[in-house]
Amino acid sequence: MSLKNKWGKLLTTVVLGLLSLCFLLPLIWMLSAASKIEKDVWTFPIQWIPETWNFVNNFKEVWMGKVPFHMFYVNSIKIAAIATLATLIVSSMAGYAFSKIDFKGKHLLFGLLMSFMMIPEQSTLVPRYLLIKWFGLYNTHTAIVLLLMFSTYFTFLFRQYMMGIHDDMLEAAQLDGAGYFKIYWKVMLPLCKPIIATVGIIKFIWTWNDYQTPLIFLLSKEKFPIPLGIQFFKEEFATNISVMMMASLSAIVPLIIVFLFLQKQVIEGIALGGVKG
Amino acid sequence: MKGEFDVRGTIELETAASSASPPKKFWNRKRRENLAGWLFVTPEVVGMLLVSIFPLLFSLFLSFTKWNLVGGLSDIEFIGLDNFRALFSDSQFLKALRNNVTFTAIVVPGGLIISLIMSVLIQSRVYMRSYFKIAFFIPYICSTVAIAAIWSALFHPSKGPINQMLMQIGLSDPPKWLVDTTFAIVAIMIIYIWQNIGYQIIIFISGLAGISNEMYESANIDGANGLKQFWYITIPLLGPTTFFLTITSIITSFKVFDIIKFLTDGGPNYASTVIVYQIYLEGFQRFNMGYASAMSLVLFLMIVLVTSVTWIFQSKKTHY
Repeated sequence: MSLKNKWGKLLTTVVLGLLSLCFLLPLIWMLSAASKIEKDVWTFPIQWIPETWNFVNNFKEVWMGKVPFHMFYVNSIKIAAIATLATLIVSSMAGYAFSKIDFKGKHLLFGLLMSFMMIPEQSTLVPRYLLIKWFGLYNTHTAIVLLLMFSTYFTFLFRQYMMGIHDDMLEAAQLDGAGYFKIYWKVMLPLCKPIIATVGIIKFIWTWNDYQTPLIFLLSKEKFPIPLGIQFFKEEFATNISVMMMASLSAIVPLIIVFLFLQKQVIEGIALGGVKG
Repeated sequence: MKGEFDVRGTIELETAASSASPPKKFWNRKRRENLAGWLFVTPEVVGMLLVSIFPLLFSLFLSFTKWNLVGGLSDIEFIGLDNFRALFSDSQFLKALRNNVTFTAIVVPGGLIISLIMSVLIQSRVYMRSYFKIAFFIPYICSTVAIAAIWSALFHPSKGPINQMLMQIGLSDPPKWLVDTTFAIVAIMIIYIWQNIGYQIIIFISGLAGISNEMYESANIDGANGLKQFWYITIPLLGPTTFFLTITSIITSFKVFDIIKFLTDGGPNYASTVIVYQIYLEGFQRFNMGYASAMSLVLFLMIVLVTSVTWIFQSKKTHY
């Protein structure tokens, strides 16, 4: 690379770096506001570094105050963990059948399932609400998990990945007398660790952030996950922005940490959908 | 393919017959394979029938009825196409439809142009590429509700940092953003683009990674400058990726709801309402299940239409 090119690249890096900082300013503002006393939130020019620190008090207000934020947290973890696990099982099973078992009607069924991806979940909201009510599952976490655990998108990702696994490995197990379930469980899943990680983390993030499903299918605040919790907060603390920002911070930070650790899987998984989709 | 399996099946049948059980085995290899396949897909298929297909058909049925949930099942009344007729004279719904179209028409091209430029820069013209990928992606993984809470403070009409800044640079009467009938939807567009751009950058970058370096090298030798290379190599070769992103972005933007529900409740005075918000309002606030279903069907048809039109357009234009 010529010297001129190197300088050009450095210059672009600096410019884009500044731009990315501006891009992240809203998040930085949140962090700063969550650490301040309320009256400093609105001072202009913005106090990026708080003059009076109030992080601990805001934290206490959110986590030990009158709105039970830890409860929303427990609910979110529970819902996201169970829904993710269920999706992994259902989608990997279907993905295995679609990639490695030659059964009658396979191609037609797969085509049909993929075309279901077109159905927007909002256009089936009313009947799903009725179904859940009739099953007596309204206002339960079971309903949320049930509604979120089936995904043709993740089945597709599993199928694509499993198609890349050599048949030799499965045939060896078959010669040893292993049945389909044993092959799935003992051979296929261990070979699928990377895609399991990818699907798992993406599904977890999506479920954690889902607002619409709990909004419609949950009623009592003891059962709220974090997004509904934040809405509840908004109603209670409409005028207390520093506490609101602490609540937002509490909702976002765990995901950002998980993302930073697993960013390769997340980004790969997202890109996978785009390349093959 | 099929023949091969038949042969294998008979071979196994013969060996099985000669070695162990005298009567013909019913569960030959082919039958076992069929059964296993169907068993493995059963959870997914049953699940999709339950949460997707049956509801869609049910929604179709309900859209021809007038039914308030409060009245109970016996209250369902078949009214033919009345719901659809009512929709197109319902000023709220028409407003929502218009908002959806404007929203998509601005957010999709806007987002795609910005993210295309960003991803080309990130892919080939900067150091620390992975930092940039992560930085621009972070808003996408954040909870939309938490993000909306931040922006609602930033957009605060009198005290918010955005308007303070606008006043600082001489704008004496900056827009009232979320509480303004014209600017509410603009504010929502800004938030939406900000949150979703990271996704588009990631997809564009993975598309760019598929373009071989040789193209650019030979263009370099021919003396084509960066802009020319972008226009004559990057843009055409990125066609399939752009196509994919256009469809998914249009569909996703049709479904915008979370930000609007949380920030404006469709207001002020329905200025920022969209179809999904109207579905929510009719179905779950006013409990007009039939009417809400008719709206749902319109949304579904719009998405089917967009998908098929883009497909036809694409298959005519390019043959990869």
